[in-house]
Parts: sequence; C-alpha cells; structure tokens
Amino acid sequence: MTTATSLGYLIALPLAGAIILLLAGRKADKWGHLLATALSASSFGVGLYQLSEMLALEPEERAMTQKLFTWINVGTFNVDAGLLLDQLSICFVLLITGVGTLIHIYSISYMSHDRDRRRFFAYLNLFIAAMLLLVLGDSYLNLYVGWEGVGLASYLLIGFWNQKPAYATASKKAFVMNRIGDMGLSFAIMIAFATLGTVTFAGVKEASETASTATLTGIGIMLLIAAAGKSAQFPLQAWLGDAMAGPTPVSALIHAATMVTAGVYLIVRSNFIFDAAPTAQLLVVIVGAVTLIFGAIVGTAKDDIKKALAASTMSQIGYMILAAGLGPAGYAFAIMHLLTHGFFKAGMFLGAGSVMHGMKDQVNMRRYGALRKFMPITFVTFGLGYLAIIGVPPFAGFYSKDHIIETAFNAGGFKGILLGSTALFGAAITAFYMTRVMVLTFTSPERWEEDQHPHESPILMWLPMAVLAIGSVTAGYLFNRGDLLVHWLEPVIGEHGEHTELLPHTVVSALAITAVIIGAGIALVKYQFSDVDAEAPNQVSILTRLARKDLLQDSLNESVFMRPGQVLTRLLVKGDDTVVDGTVRLVGRTALSAGAELRKSQTGFARSYAVLILIGAVALIAGIWVVTQ
Amino acid sequence: MNAITTMMLLPILGTLLIAVIPSDQVLRIKQAALAITLLVAITGVLAWFSFNAEDTAFQFVQSVKWIPSFGINYAVGVDGLSLVLILMSVLLTPIVVLAGWNESEGGRWSAKVFYILILVLETMMIGVFAATDVFLFYVIFEAMLIPVYFLIGGYGSGDRAAAAVKFLLYSLFGGLLMLASIIGLYVISGANGGHTFDINKLSELHNYMSPTTQNLLFLGFFIAFAIKAPVWPLHTWLPDAASSATPGTSVLLLGVLDKVGTFGMIRFCLTLFPDASKTFTPIIITLAVISIIYGAFLAIGATDIKRLIAYTSISHFGFITMGIFAMTTQSHSGATLYMFNHGFSTAALFIVAGWMASRRRSTTIADFGGLQRVTPVMAWSFFIAGLSSLALPGLSSFVSEFLVLVGTFTRYPVAAVIATFGIVLAALYILIPVQKALHGPVTPGNENLPDLNRREKIAIAPVMAVIIALGFYPSPLLNVINPASAHVLEVQGFTDPSPSDSAGK
Repeated sequence: MTTATSLGYLIALPLAGAIILLLAGRKADKWGHLLATALSASSFGVGLYQLSEMLALEPEERAMTQKLFTWINVGTFNVDAGLLLDQLSICFVLLITGVGTLIHIYSISYMSHDRDRRRFFAYLNLFIAAMLLLVLGDSYLNLYVGWEGVGLASYLLIGFWNQKPAYATASKKAFVMNRIGDMGLSFAIMIAFATLGTVTFAGVKEASETASTATLTGIGIMLLIAAAGKSAQFPLQAWLGDAMAGPTPVSALIHAATMVTAGVYLIVRSNFIFDAAPTAQLLVVIVGAVTLIFGAIVGTAKDDIKKALAASTMSQIGYMILAAGLGPAGYAFAIMHLLTHGFFKAGMFLGAGSVMHGMKDQVNMRRYGALRKFMPITFVTFGLGYLAIIGVPPFAGFYSKDHIIETAFNAGGFKGILLGSTALFGAAITAFYMTRVMVLTFTSPERWEEDQHPHESPILMWLPMAVLAIGSVTAGYLFNRGDLLVHWLEPVIGEHGEHTELLPHTVVSALAITAVIIGAGIALVKYQFSDVDAEAPNQVSILTRLARKDLLQDSLNESVFMRPGQVLTRLLVKGDDTVVDGTVRLVGRTALSAGAELRKSQTGFARSYAVLILIGAVALIAGIWVVTQ
Repeated sequence: MNAITTMMLLPILGTLLIAVIPSDQVLRIKQAALAITLLVAITGVLAWFSFNAEDTAFQFVQSVKWIPSFGINYAVGVDGLSLVLILMSVLLTPIVVLAGWNESEGGRWSAKVFYILILVLETMMIGVFAATDVFLFYVIFEAMLIPVYFLIGGYGSGDRAAAAVKFLLYSLFGGLLMLASIIGLYVISGANGGHTFDINKLSELHNYMSPTTQNLLFLGFFIAFAIKAPVWPLHTWLPDAASSATPGTSVLLLGVLDKVGTFGMIRFCLTLFPDASKTFTPIIITLAVISIIYGAFLAIGATDIKRLIAYTSISHFGFITMGIFAMTTQSHSGATLYMFNHGFSTAALFIVAGWMASRRRSTTIADFGGLQRVTPVMAWSFFIAGLSSLALPGLSSFVSEFLVLVGTFTRYPVAAVIATFGIVLAALYILIPVQKALHGPVTPGNENLPDLNRREKIAIAPVMAVIIALGFYPSPLLNVINPASAHVLEVQGFTDPSPSDSAGK
C-alpha cells in the first residue's frame, strides 16, 4: 500500500465543474460546456499521471490510499472519506474520464442547439465526479455515495427533456428501480457491520477469511441485488430501455459504457466475498446467464435503434456478470469485456446519435436505410464497433467474449456445458440483432419519410467516434497480449485460476465464429436480401410479439407491484381518515357531547376545556392512586 | 450571565421592543423581529463553541428557586442532546422570519401580534429543551401550545380554526397524562428522600418503584411524547395542523415542537424509567416501524403538498423513535442527528412549498407543473429539499438515517429490514410530486409565476448549505452528540452487540 496525495483531484475537478455551472446560471451559457470538457479532460490527465506513478511501483505496492477526512465516526462505526486507487479502479478511472471526455467533446456539437446545454454539461460533470467516487471509495459506504450519486445524475439526464411527461416518468422509474437495488446495498453494509464489525474493503476482506459461509452468502446475495439494479440485470432490468429517453450522449456514457457496468465492478471488487460464498456465486452466474439471453431476445425485436442498443447493453453486461460469477477464472475477463464494451458500445451509441442528428431525430430503423452513402464516417466507425461486438477476430469483442465463453464451458460438469452453450447461443443472437441494426440502418434500401436530407455529422462529433472505433479495433488485442490485463489485475483479484479444460481454446473460437456466422447470416437473409417493411409487421410470431413488449417485464411489474401498491395506498389513505382519525373524532365528539350535557350554559371552546379539565382530573386522581398503592 | 437564560430573555425583551413600535410600521416590526432572532442565533452559536463536548454533565447550569414550598426551581442546563436541538431552533427561527416575510399579513390579528407570538414561542423552544426541572419542563411544554394555537388559528389558511382546536385537544390530552405522571413522581420522591422536581435526583427514583408504577408513569410521559412526535396511531392532528398553518409556523411545529416528543423520550422516558422503557421497547419499535411505512404510503397518496410533507415527517419520526429505542451507539447518535437534520430538510420543504403555494394560490400538487422551466431556482430548491428528505447520500439526512438503520440492525434486524423498505417508498413520495410539480409541460396558470426574489434566496441558501455541508462533514455535530448518547446508553446499562461473526472466532 502506498499513500497518495492527489487522488482527491480526480473527483474534485469535475465536481467543481458541476457546481460552477449550476450556480453561475445563464451567465455560464457561453463557456460552460468548454469548462466542463476541460475539467473532465484534466481529470483524465490526473488519471494518466496516477497510472505512471503506479507503473513505477512493484505490483504489490501499486494500490494507493488517501484519507481525505473523517466522515462518520460513531462508536465502532468508523468510516473515513477515504480513496483507494488500485489496479482495478485505475481501469475504471481511465475508462470514465477517457470515454467521458470524448463524450463531452461530442456533446458540444450534439447539444449546441439546446437552450439548456450548460445544464447538460453540469450534469455530465456531476456524473463523472460521482462515478469516480463510486470506483475510488475505499469502503462500501463511500461506494454507496457514488452509487446513488450516479443514480441522481442518471435521473437528471434521463429526464433532461422532462417537459415531455413520458421522459419524466422514465427518469422516475429508473431512480425508483435503482433504489430497490440500493436497498440491497444497504442490507449488505448492515450485515457486514453487524457480523464483521467493519464496512471498509480492506476490513471486510480480512474478516472474510474467518467469517462463516452463511454471513458471506448473505452479503453476497445483497450485493448481487444491488448490482442487478444498477446494471439492469434480471429481475431489475426494466428501467434501461426507458432510460433511452435521455439525450444520446448520455446513453453512450452512462447507460452503456460506465454507470450500468458498476454492478460488475461491485462484484469483482467483492471477489473475496463471492469466492467464499458458492451459493451467492451461483446466483450471480444465473442472473448473468438469464439476462444475456433476455437482453439478446429483446434486442432482436426492437425497431428503435437506441432501444435495440440498450437491449444489447443489458445482454453484454449479462456476459460480464456471468464471467464475474465464475470466480478467479472469470474476474479479469469480466473487466476485459467491460472495457472493450466501453469502447465499442459507446462508439455505436454515438454513431446512433450521429444518425439521429442527420435524420431529424428519427429513431425508427425501419425508416432508415442506405445511410452508408450519406454518412460514410458514421458507417465506418459504427461498423468497426459492430464487428467488435459480434466478436469477429481480431476486433476487441472477439478476445473478451471468447474468453468468457471458454471460461463458461470450463466451469466444470453439466454447469459448464449449460453455461457455455448459453453464452454461445447468446453470441449467435447478438450477431443476428446487431447485423439487423447494421443492415436496417446503413446497407438496406432507403425507407425514409419525406423531407429527409441525411448528412454526415461535424468533426466534433465524428472525431470521438473515430477514437472509440480505434479502441474497438485494438483494445482486445492489447489487453490480451501476454495476458496483460489478467496479470495487471492479479494483485486485486488473486491468481487467475484455471479450470479443468473441457474444450481447447481453438475449438471454442471455432464454435464462437460459427455461431456468429449463423446469426449474422440469418439476419442478412432476412433484412439485406429481402424487402423490409417501413411499418413494423403485425403478423409476427408470438416470440417476436413478446420481445417487442420486453418479454412482458413492465406488465409483470405493474401487476405484481405497482397496481397492488396503488390499491394499498388508496386503502391506507381512506383508512387513515375513516378508521384512525374517525376513532379520534368519535372519542372527541363523545367527550364534547358529554361536556355539552354537563355545561349546557357554556358555548364554544369553553366547553371543550371543561371536558379536558374533567379528563385531566380523572387522570390525576388515577395517577395519585397508582403511586400511593 | 448564563448563556441559556440570556437566549431565553432576548426574545422576551424583543417582544417589548416590538410592542412599542406602532402597529402600522409593519416593516420596522419585521426588521426588529429578524434582528432579535438573529441575535439569539448568534448567542446560540457562541454557546455552541464554549460547550465542552467531553463533559456529559449539564453545562450552562442555572437554578433559581421558583416555588420553594413545592421544591420547584427555574433550573436550566444543557447536554449534547439539548444543545443540538437548541442550536437547531435558534438557527431556524430567523430563517422562518425571513422566509415567511409576508405571512403575518392578512391574518385575523396584526403583524405585531404575529411576531410577538413567534418570539414568545422562541423563548419557550429554548426553555423546553434546557429545563432540568421537570415541573418547569411541563409548564413550558403546555404553555407552548398557546402561541402555536394562535399562530394556526389566527394566521393560517383553510379550516384553520378546526385544525388549531384539534391540535390543542390532542396536545392537552397528552399533557394531562404527563401531568399525572409528574405528580406521581413528585409523591414518590417525597417518600424517598424529599420532594423534588430535579431531573438528576428523579433519575435515581426508579430504584424505589414497583414495575407497575414505573410502567404507568412511563406511559403518562410516553403517550404525551408520542402525540407530539407523532407516532402512529396518534398522528392525525399533524396533517391538519400542518396544512392549515402558515409555512413558517409549520416549520417550527414540525421542525422544532415535534422534536420535543422525541427529545422527551430520551430525556424523560429513558432516564426516569429505564426498566419500563425496556418493557415497552418491543411495542414502541413496532409502532415506530409502522409509522415509517404508514407515513410513507400516506405521503405517496397525498394530493396536497403540505399534507404530503406532514406525512413524510411521520415516516421520519418513526426512524427517530426506532433509533432511540434500539439503544445502540449508532442508532442513538443517529436519532439525535436525525432530529437536527430533519429540522432543516423539513424547513426547506415547507418554506419552498409555501412559496409555491402563495404564488399559485393553491396547495394541490396537480395545480403545479413544469415549474422547472418557469421558476428554476425555486424548482431546484424544492428538488434539493426533496432529495434531502429521501436521504440521498451526500446530503445530511443520509448520515443520520443510515446510522439509525445500521445501529438498529445490530439489535433488531427485522425492524431495520422493514424500515429499509422505507427508502424505496421515500423515492416515490418525493419523485412523484417532483414530477407533477416541476416536470412536464407548464400547466395553465403557472406561465407567469415569478422565481425566488433576493430575500427568498438569502433565506433558503443557509438551509441548503447546512443540508449539503453536514452530508459530507457531520463531525462537528457528531462530536457533540456522541458523548451524550454514549452517556445515556451507559446509564441504561446497554452495550452494543459485538460483531457476531468477527475475525476472532
């Protein structure tokens, strides 16, 4: 452990940006976006500096801590405002500030016509600060502050155009569903304190070595609930699709590259808990596997380009959660896929924004087509992201996803075969729905509505897309070269355990590529080589119909939680008036009429006073009687 | 001169000053009221800095014989608990005066009467927390009802007369039960070493009481405090009172006066009747948990913004009561900190809701809409106040709410788990009105509402500053609260449960 002195700047810079932009008001409209971008970039600079500091140290000494001040100190509950930068958190710091800065730059142009652009940048800075706190906090409680902080930023940005009621509802839904997850995090912290007596990562790690399995399983399951809420995993996934109401750069940064991956961070960060709690670990795997298929199926039926990408995000995070549930063999691959996904998915979302920019905010892919000719840069950058996500070698997703499929197969026994097949099947569906997006948008014949004049986006928009595209091409190779990322993370997540090998690496690769070819092939036949309706067809299979309705997730939530909750609220409101207050009124009236009988000559308040004096006297006598007994 | 007595005298002297200002010079009267309350606040801050947090005995002690034949004294003194609440009261009063600058106009009586009532109330708010003589406490406890009654009945809105009477009857009922218990204590003290109302001496008395006696005397106090706090099912006076009172009165009512209930539970119920407190703990924790969930559901279902805030307070008071009776270091310190933080977050909500209501001439949530784009500063103020109410980490209420939960969990995990569901409900009861009032298209009638003026911004800024600053740095308060809480637990003979699965195993 090394003591650091400048970790606070990472958070302070963007936080200052948010505060200045919000307090300065309209005065900052001219320069607010530039300041916010500069501060995000400076935070990235500090991150690079910290990385260079780290590289100069021995691997075991690279973790740096910094105590800012005493936060909460009551009895044995001591939580400092403390930061921890280690090999795991630096990955996130660079992803958040790096991709974050690119998205700031993109937004300067994308949001240039919005009257509230300054407010948008304030929220972006606020998000960066909160997300950095989330990954830098040295205890579960510090993480919690960042955890709800990004939830707030997400709420503000989803509802950025909250003058539209549907968008306001979407932001509220996201916050409330996240709070259900946050409740899990609260429980995890409470259990940790009550059983282990500490809530810091270092303290819990140390105590976990001797703690009972039951305790660790309890904490693990609660952390999983938290992760499911934040990372839109089954069964708390329903908010992510609606979150696409936010401006597209937000979808790229928060709802693809960074915030929604916080659940993966939480599980990998808590590796010492899950390694010792097999039941919790199994649940992690199940949640990941279910969500990766769930998201992929939903993705096949969406005509809204952003919602298709959102479903894809859900599915890809399912891969990461699955990997994280596979223990030491999978942690590093979960993070690798998280980072590569950060590049290619953010790039594709920005590409979607670029398409919307050129198509008058049209999001329906059935109204796109042939945009390859009109938006060549967007086509190429999006295309590179596409090749990366479906896992074509040597693009980034090929490495990271292949590793996950392979680790799943090698998890051992029937479980391994089941998980491996699921991951493989998911890869085929991914190839299908992503090819569908690609074809419908760029390569199929045009199906535009009238009055469309698609055009390429300005440089401030395509440059970030180009940078991310480079990442989509090279990141996987770089991380994988000499097992760079695996070795880098080893001091945090332990030795990379190897399972008994069920299938050799080359076989897994071959299977995965076959799955991709099948998936992509079906999509090509269906959409490239057949006519596509400009209106979504009604005569479709039951599965398509279900997928269009997000596999009934909202109907389920509404009928199981929302409507019963509303009925309960109405009953309680009525009951409070009739039963609780009714009883009080009855007692009051009885007393008053008794008073009226007793003092008929008096009126008004005097009457009530008389009753009270009577009651008081009785109470008094009773009291004295009791004490003299 | 004694700091506490000074603080109590200043507002009384202030009423004389206001009394000599001609009634038609309303601005002068307001300025005088503001100056006096600011002076009291400064005195309070000075007292805060000269307080020795490590010493758990009462400080700034003063005792003057009042009715010697009954052993009644004017006796005051503060420990960490009462100092925190006095500081909260004297800080909130000038904010209330400034924020509700025009509340005194259009009432049944003049502005002069309004500010005299406020100042008299301020003296009593300090006295009720500082009294170390049980009889003095009782007198102030009951006498406080009078200015509040007239503030609601004379300057409120809607069915203000009925609400004022309901408030009065409920409170008097509780007060009489407490009086019976106090007389009981007095009688017992006479049989065991001499008649007295001194809280220190009375706290020894429980050794001489039978369990039944202790239980009955305990109930006399507890019911009075449970009405005040208010704890379910004794809460129905609060929404009526809060929706009829002026916003400033509501702030003092919910922010300060209701705290007398939770303060009294610690100061009197726990200290005087430790065994009875233990006996009733399971029932009280249950009622507290019901309050948390019940208050939250009613807030979700509320259509009137002021009633909504009142219901959120019922939920919050459930947290405080639960923390008090869970009797762990964290839950207890958390509960006291919660009292302070709730004062500011509820003040922010009521003040801003009051501004919204007076501009729109309606308190129906559905009448608002799209305010974020019409009155951004007012909308932000309401939003931040709301976030504080839902205990967002980084804001002050989070620290206290989490301390209560984590502390309660170590002893009563089931209660803590149910209470934690309250945080999801809190997200709903805040974000629903936020969506209806601030988001969406601008509803007709709201297009030309003016945003906050300079005076209003100055009034709300310190509240926001406290809410945010204490979220990140609660130590100044915790350092004062911790020794006092630890002392209460020590006297009660409670030690925290040790980690059940610690490394030593």
